[in-house]
Amino acid sequence: MGRFGASFITTSTWDPVAGQFGAWPAIVGTLLTSLLALSMAVPLSLGVAIYLPEFAPGPIRRPVATVIELLAAIPSVVYGLWGIFVLIPFLTTWVYPFLEARLGFLPFFTGPVYGPSVLSASIILTVMIVPFIMSVSREVLLAVPSGQREAALALGATRWEAVSTAIVPYAKSGIIGAVILGLGRALGETMAVTMLIGNRHEVAASLFAPGYTMAAVIANEFADAAGGPIHESALILMALLLFGVTVLVNAIARLMIWRVSLGRGNT
Amino acid sequence: MTDHASAPPAIEARDFSFWYGERKTLHEVSIQIAPKAVTAIIGPSGCGKSTFLRCVNRMNDLVVDTRTEGELVVEGRAVYGSGLDLVAHRQRVGMVFQRPNPFPKSIYDNVAYGPALNALVPRRALPEVVERCLRRAALWDEVKDRLQAPATGLSGGQQQRLCIARALANEPSVLLMDEPCSALDPIATLKVEELIFELKQDYTIVIVTHNMQQAARVASRTGFFEAGRLVEMGETQQIFTAPRNERTEAYITGRFG
Repeated sequence: MGRFGASFITTSTWDPVAGQFGAWPAIVGTLLTSLLALSMAVPLSLGVAIYLPEFAPGPIRRPVATVIELLAAIPSVVYGLWGIFVLIPFLTTWVYPFLEARLGFLPFFTGPVYGPSVLSASIILTVMIVPFIMSVSREVLLAVPSGQREAALALGATRWEAVSTAIVPYAKSGIIGAVILGLGRALGETMAVTMLIGNRHEVAASLFAPGYTMAAVIANEFADAAGGPIHESALILMALLLFGVTVLVNAIARLMIWRVSLGRGNT
Repeated sequence: MTDHASAPPAIEARDFSFWYGERKTLHEVSIQIAPKAVTAIIGPSGCGKSTFLRCVNRMNDLVVDTRTEGELVVEGRAVYGSGLDLVAHRQRVGMVFQRPNPFPKSIYDNVAYGPALNALVPRRALPEVVERCLRRAALWDEVKDRLQAPATGLSGGQQQRLCIARALANEPSVLLMDEPCSALDPIATLKVEELIFELKQDYTIVIVTHNMQQAARVASRTGFFEAGRLVEMGETQQIFTAPRNERTEAYITGRFG
C-alpha cells in the first residue's frame, strides 16, 4: 500500500488500467454528500421531532411518528430504485431547472443537468437519515422531565419559549448524539448513493454533476478489480481511508459537543 | 392575625369545580386566601389540594381534557376568564414545585431566566436582580463565588431555594408552593421554612403540604381538603387545637380513615 503514497489522497485521476489511483474525488464526494444531507436533514428532523409531541394535534402524533420511523427500515437498495424512478425524474423536471434559473449565478447550480448527481445522492441520503435523527431526538425530547416544562411555563414562558429555552437545551447533548448517528449513517451509506451519484471520479463545482463516494467506489469496483492486485490494494486502502474519515468526523463532532458543554458550564 | 380580614382576598374561589376528563376532582370549592400571609392547604393524598393549587396558575392546562365551573379570581382577575393574559398571569403568580427543578444552566442563568424572558428589567440590571433574589432566598452567601457553576451541582435544599429565587426574580405577588419540602432533608426543610416565614410580609403564599407540623409552623391560616372539598378553613391555631369539623379533627389527630 505504501506504493501509493500521499498522491493517493491528493490526486484526482482514477485509472485502474493505467495504474493511477487518486482518491480525492471520492473523499470530497463522501464528505460533500454527507454534509449536504446533514444540513437538509437536521432542520427537517428536528422540526418534526419538536412539532410532533409539542404542537401537533393529538390524533396525528403516533401515526406520523410511526410512519417516519418505518422509513428507517426500508432497505437502501429500495431507496436507490425509488430514487432512480421517482426522485430523479421529479428533480430533473421541476427542481433543478428552478434552482438553475434562480440560483444559477452560483457555481453550484450550473451546467448540464444529468439525473444522477451529487445533489440527487444528497437528497436521497437526507430522506434516509431523517428517520434516525427524528426518532432519536424525539425520544430524547420526550425524556425531558415534565418539571422542566412546568418550571418554564410557571415563569411565564409561552409554549414555544418553554420548548426553545428549557426543553431543547435540556435535551441538547442527546440531540447532538442523534445528529452524529445520522452523520455516521450518511458517511457509510453505499447502495442508494451508488445508484444515484453517477459514479464519476471527478470533482466538479456544480452539484448537478455526477461524483463518487468512497463507499460507492469500493462497492462498484471490488467485484471485478480490473487492474489486478494493485487495483485491489487501492480499494482496500480506500476502505481504510473511509474508516479514517469516519473516525475523524466523529471525533470532530464529539470535540464540538465537548467544547459546547464546557463553554456553557453544563453537566 | 385577623387584620387582613378587612383587605380583599388575594385569591378567591366561589363554587369552583374542576374535572379531569370525566372525573370531578374539585367539588364546589369556596375559599378566600388573604394577601401577604401564608396559607397552608393540608389533606390526604388525592384530596385535590395540588389540583387546586395548579388551577391558580393554570398549570393544569398541560393536561388535556379538563374543564372548570364556578369562579376563581386572583387579585381581581378571573383565572379562567376569556380575557386573561396567561403569560402575564403566570409571571404574577410564581410557583415552586415538589421536586426542585432548576434548569441545567448556570445558577445565574436560572435566576435571570424569568426577568430576561419577560423583559422585566433592562439586561444590564440583571446581575443586580440575581443578587437581590439570591439574597432574598438566603442562598447568596453559599453561591456568590460560583454563579456560573451549573445549578444541577447544588444540593437538593440549595436547588429548592434556587427555585424560590428564580420565582422571586419574576416579581410575582403570589407564590404557590406545592409540597416544597417533601424532597428535602430536615435541615434543608428548616431553611426553606424560615425563608417562607421571611417572605410572607411581601408575598401572598399558598403552601400545599402533607406535613402538618410544617403547616402549623409557617401558616397563619390553614385549609383542610378532603375528597375534592374544602372541609374547613380557619386560623392555623384554631384548626389544630379546636377544629370545628370532626373530619378535620380525625385527620389532624391521626385517626384518619
